[in-house]
Amino acid sequence: MANLTPHKPSLWHRHAIFEKNSIILIIGILVAISIGGLVEVLPLFYLKSTIETVEGVRPYSPLELAGRNIYVREGCYNCHSQMVRPLRDEVERYGHYSLAAESMYDHPFQWGSKRTGPDIARVGGKYSDDWHRDHLRNPRSVVPASIMPGYPWLEQTPLNIAHIGEDMAVLSVEGVPYSQEMIASAVSDAKTQGSADDGSTASFLKRYPKAITRDLGGNGGKLTEADALIAYLQLLGTQVDFKLYDDKANIR
Amino acid sequence: MTNQTETNVDPRKIVGTTGHDWDGIEELNTPLPRWWLWTFYLTIIWALGYWVVYPAIPLATSFTKGVFGWTSREQVVKDLEGLKNLRGPMTAKIETVSLQDIEKTPELLSFARAQGAAAFAVNCSPCHGAGAQGFKGYPNLNDDDWLWGGSLDAIHTTLQNGIRWDANKDTRTSMMPAFGKEGLLKPNEISAAADYVRSLSGLPTEKDADLKLGQKLFTENCAACHGENGEGNQDVGAPKLNDKVWLYGPEKATIIERITLGGGGQMPAWSQRLDSPTIKSLAVYVHTLGGGQ
Ligand code: HEC
Ligand code: HEC
Ligand code: HEC
Repeated sequence: MANLTPHKPSLWHRHAIFEKNSIILIIGILVAISIGGLVEVLPLFYLKSTIETVEGVRPYSPLELAGRNIYVREGCYNCHSQMVRPLRDEVERYGHYSLAAESMYDHPFQWGSKRTGPDIARVGGKYSDDWHRDHLRNPRSVVPASIMPGYPWLEQTPLNIAHIGEDMAVLSVEGVPYSQEMIASAVSDAKTQGSADDGSTASFLKRYPKAITRDLGGNGGKLTEADALIAYLQLLGTQVDFKLYDDKANIR
Repeated sequence: MTNQTETNVDPRKIVGTTGHDWDGIEELNTPLPRWWLWTFYLTIIWALGYWVVYPAIPLATSFTKGVFGWTSREQVVKDLEGLKNLRGPMTAKIETVSLQDIEKTPELLSFARAQGAAAFAVNCSPCHGAGAQGFKGYPNLNDDDWLWGGSLDAIHTTLQNGIRWDANKDTRTSMMPAFGKEGLLKPNEISAAADYVRSLSGLPTEKDADLKLGQKLFTENCAACHGENGEGNQDVGAPKLNDKVWLYGPEKATIIERITLGGGGQMPAWSQRLDSPTIKSLAVYVHTLGGGQ
């Protein structure tokens, strides 16, 4: 118990230097955290096994990307995760667990860390566009006990997509494979996707295979923020065909 | 100021001070409790063990797999297989036995209803309500008023293929024309038709309602789907208009809105999301809610 000689420089007392000098303490913390980061995070960038090779994952279309920006802007991630964990109960409820490949074009990813509402990684195709519209306007009109806030202004705010091409250009610097052609046709692609066949649907689908295209409001020439958000929600979790995905081959 | 040369000892002479002295206030250098220190050392030893048995350290081309060879993805596959084996015999029976026979076998019926109720809470209640009571535009499933048919097989088909769900090629389809939006009927004609629709179920109509015109328009434009007397037609999902059950509502304004916009509600096709025993269980669950035919 007694510790009467703290100044004898035995190894057990060397930590005193950290405790008595805040600058050295800060440097020590930085070193410890960087080692953790270097060892655990850095390899994820070069290890090939980090991201599975799967078919079907494509970059977001301009309209979906605009919807994603609204999702981020409104802070939906504060209540919704987009990450089905490989746990039995989650797979039972939400569907196949999320793959890293499914969010490889997300910058930043929307895995989230809090579930006040349910996980929505696989919400695409679970509801109709009309349900999303009702639900976004006033969640309690369809789910009486819901505590989700309403977002009624989204369907009243015209979508501003003038700058979506610039967003795509930035993402392409971060490694999302947007071609010059995709960036150049961003604005017209957004309109095409939100309209029932307007003549350019086929060439749009060549750039963004399997995207939903329907009259989300585009035919009246009035795409709103709600339309973009719905295009994004309807895509979530639908890109990988899990009938073709081999669980066992990708165990790692 | 600090006195670095000599260690002060507290009056009880148990521990020394750190040597700091702030205006006469000194800090005792009490060591951490031993139990705390040992717990701390144990966590370090535990972490080392963890590194050895579980996947931990990234290397140049791979990572240390750990002597247990455990992975979360393998674990979940095993857990799901375990679940399948647990439910296996019952699920296998649900899969092979006909819907009618499931209802006739008490054991299968209670299993299907339990599985159906669980799946309903997750997948269906946001649209149809927790008690399947429905909302405006989303039908009540407890009553015996069916849009597309209330037999086990009809319900099963509805669930499999969805309603107006384009991603499924066998989906149930039909569209009520947008009589107002497309200019097929004039506003006064729509008003007359709406009054006539209300009269079909005995609801009061406005004093100046032109029911004659309404009836004529109804026969010409609506009867093909809704039936001569508004009895509905399940082949095209056209609701009965001569009863007290409404999908959207009996108010004249709501009816006018329906005639103006037309269209129809959408429901996802569940064969794309749920496996076949679950869909069969759901069909049995909905059928036994009260209105099954
Ligand atoms: C305060 C927390 C909160 C915020 C913020 C929030 N939600 Fe929700 N959300 C919920 C809750 C709780 C539910 C479950 C009840 C319901 O369906 O309304 C839910 C349900 C949902 C669902 C249905 C999920 C399913 O599978 O049934 C969708 C889709 C959704 N939210 C989208 C959004 C979007 C888009 C935003 C941002 C514009 C958002 N939410 C913001 C709490 C929130
Ligand atoms: C996106 C919302 C939505 C979800 C989720 C949904 N439904 Fe529906 N359902 C509808 C709508 C809308 C209709 C009516 C369509 C119409 O107008 O013809 C309907 C119709 C039905 C019908 C036919 C009713 C009749 O009168 O013929 C059944 C049965 C049914 N749903 C069962 C289910 C079950 C079981 C689930 C869950 C697996 C489910 N629904 C999930 C929206 C939904
Ligand atoms: C092509 C077939 C078709 C024709 C023609 C048609 N309807 Fe409909 N009608 C439907 C369908 C299908 C629905 C259900 C819509 C839905 O599911 O959302 C419906 C729904 C309605 C409803 C809502 C019923 C409720 O329970 O809330 C009213 C009212 C109605 N129709 C009136 C009319 C009138 C009046 C006409 C003629 C002017 C007409 N319909 C012509 C197919 C038709």
